[in-house]
Amino acid sequence: MRQEFTLTIFSENRVGMLNQITSVFTRRHINIESLTTSESAIEGIHKYTIVIMCTKEEADLLVRQVEKRIDVLKAYSFSQDEIIYQEIALYKVPTAALFEGNEIEKLVRQYGARILEMTSEYAVIEKTGHKIETQELFDKLDPYGVTQFTRSGRVAVNKLKKEPLNNYLRKLERNGVTPDNYTTNQ
Amino acid sequence: MQNKTKVLMDESVKEPVTMTGAQALMESMVNEGVEILFGYPGGAIMPVYDSLYSYREKLNHILVRHEQGAVHAAQGYARATGRVGVSLVTSGPAATNAVTGIADAMIDSTPVVVISGQVGSALLGTDAFQETDVVGITQPVTKWNYQITRAEEIPWAISRAFYIARTGRPGPVLIDITKDAQFGLLEYKYQPMKSIRSYTPYPIIDPGQIEEAARLINLSKKPLALIGQGVVIAGAEKELTGFLEKTGIPAAMTLLGLSALPSDHRLNVGGLGMHGNYGPNIKTNDADLIIGIGMRFDDRITADTKRYATNAKIIHMDIDPAEINKIIHADAPVLGDVKESLPMLTEKVSINNHDEWLEEFNACYRVEYERLIERELYPEKPDLTMAEVVRRVSMAYGDDAIMVTDVGQHQMVAWRYFKFRQSRSVITSGGLGTMGFGLPAAIGAKLGRPDRPVVLFVGDGGFQMTIQELGTIYQSKVPVKIVLLNNNFLGMVRQWQELFFDHRYASTELINPDFQTISKGYFIPSVKVTERDKLDDAVRQMVDEEGPFLLEVVVEKEGNVFPMVPAGASVADIILE
Repeated sequence: MRQEFTLTIFSENRVGMLNQITSVFTRRHINIESLTTSESAIEGIHKYTIVIMCTKEEADLLVRQVEKRIDVLKAYSFSQDEIIYQEIALYKVPTAALFEGNEIEKLVRQYGARILEMTSEYAVIEKTGHKIETQELFDKLDPYGVTQFTRSGRVAVNKLKKEPLNNYLRKLERNGVTPDNYTTNQ
Repeated sequence: MQNKTKVLMDESVKEPVTMTGAQALMESMVNEGVEILFGYPGGAIMPVYDSLYSYREKLNHILVRHEQGAVHAAQGYARATGRVGVSLVTSGPAATNAVTGIADAMIDSTPVVVISGQVGSALLGTDAFQETDVVGITQPVTKWNYQITRAEEIPWAISRAFYIARTGRPGPVLIDITKDAQFGLLEYKYQPMKSIRSYTPYPIIDPGQIEEAARLINLSKKPLALIGQGVVIAGAEKELTGFLEKTGIPAAMTLLGLSALPSDHRLNVGGLGMHGNYGPNIKTNDADLIIGIGMRFDDRITADTKRYATNAKIIHMDIDPAEINKIIHADAPVLGDVKESLPMLTEKVSINNHDEWLEEFNACYRVEYERLIERELYPEKPDLTMAEVVRRVSMAYGDDAIMVTDVGQHQMVAWRYFKFRQSRSVITSGGLGTMGFGLPAAIGAKLGRPDRPVVLFVGDGGFQMTIQELGTIYQSKVPVKIVLLNNNFLGMVRQWQELFFDHRYASTELINPDFQTISKGYFIPSVKVTERDKLDDAVRQMVDEEGPFLLEVVVEKEGNVFPMVPAGASVADIILE
């Protein structure tokens, strides 16, 4: 059964890693629904959060194929109920629209959004939530003349007690494995 | 500049020494035990070649005629010796020419390090002369690749390249070095790579998986072991024999695993796959247990996966986690190096024999022999068959030569009829099916194993894809024996056209040059055989010749390779004629 999976992938911070990771998805013809990447909590290790639609078997195989790339440390796949996740959306509306009645203000309150910045010309509203929620707010705001709308990829934390990567790294350290046993550079 | 540089190569040198990137590359390779390189010079790699000139006593450079050949030769060397093969090429077109070999090495798990020159780092991304994004191009077909832009990265990157290429499931590594990094100076000090945090080449074996596999084996009445190249790569031939002989399990061989077990071993029941033997294919669906050992259930082995091993539980022993459940679901995966896992398993399994089950394979072989093999080996028709040529050549070498093949009908026939006594004797392009692989791979194999005869079987199609490497054979005096099985057709495609495309022979007939004249042009002795009664003498002449030799045999024009599992069919639907 095809369902949504969130893959979290940890890699060394090297040039070309994103290309290496995404090419695994490309080869298997799996479309990436959303992608977020940034340095993880551990210095020098990058984290990628990738949302895909596929079967459980495909997700498991993708994890192993991504992990096969030399500079990928670990990859994990989570179904939707195994994670807490958020996306962020920004909406730019003309300031004038805010003065034509209080509908926009009502929507901001109702959706737990906030106004980030206001100038004489435009206001920027920010909302965090799931895609369905940020989309709903967009649909409600659009009649008032949204001039720009942008949504981020997903960020997620899993519901496990500890980050499994930390355990993995600690185990490696106990076995004397450091980022590279080379001292000259890198 | 370079020729004044003192050649170090002294492992006792512990203090950093100032040298150029190009010299550091030489030193690093010497440290990695490299003795031979296959390459072709050009603009962006010239500083490296200049340095190589100072190291020519230590590093034997074989000048090939095309960069594809450089990589295939390195592959042949690696497959024959188990060591890392090395290729040296320049940027741009040279690097793209190397890609076919790199892809071939990737899919056949061959340890190769390809070093390519690159334009100066200031020119990167500017469409400079002979610039190509070779790191981007080879990303999907390398185990690892890296672009060096500073001289001081060289020792690190080279030690990492060799470590990654040879450990775990081996594969090709490409290192791209900008010209300024070759010229630049560094403080050289070498440390072999011992570990990489993000890379686990040898998974720790789970004793629970061994227990479960042993339990299934002990319960099984009709087990069949499938032997892949993983056994050869791991050097686990003895461990395999120990396991098979204790359990009495019949063993069938993949294309690349073929010589892991001697041909005449009583438990060796023959080859698997589309053109494998009758028994191993048809009995796959009678078996109650399939034990894949260092193999990957390639589609040429399984045919239709829905109708594959329909009555069997599956044990899958492999070093690569990404292979488990990729094609065939494993009831009992055993992750790890088979060199380690096989003895653990052998210890847990009961002494057994499966002689009745084994006899079923022998009965299948008798059927195959009567209906097919006999008429292939001893044909009554006047035209020579590929099979009889292969068999004569194999026997002339006491069934103990290294067999290299190209790709196509002759490959399947050679694989079916050549016999083996020792491991690392089959060098062929399995996964990628690269026509043109054979000739350069044979050069590499011979240079890696000068002590063993190396025989290449090649078709008239594939021969002409890398025929220029005859120049390498002549220049470097490589005593390769070439058996050209000439049917003036792209035979395998023609066979499919005959069987599945209504005899419509679209662009498969070849109007060939005179190969005797060509070999003469390259000063390689040769003989052409068109009649059966001339074959033995010609084979004898080839064996007796000390140097390289071309034996061209004109074989039947429209011969077909059987048995055959038609595409999309089940292994049980194998046809004999």
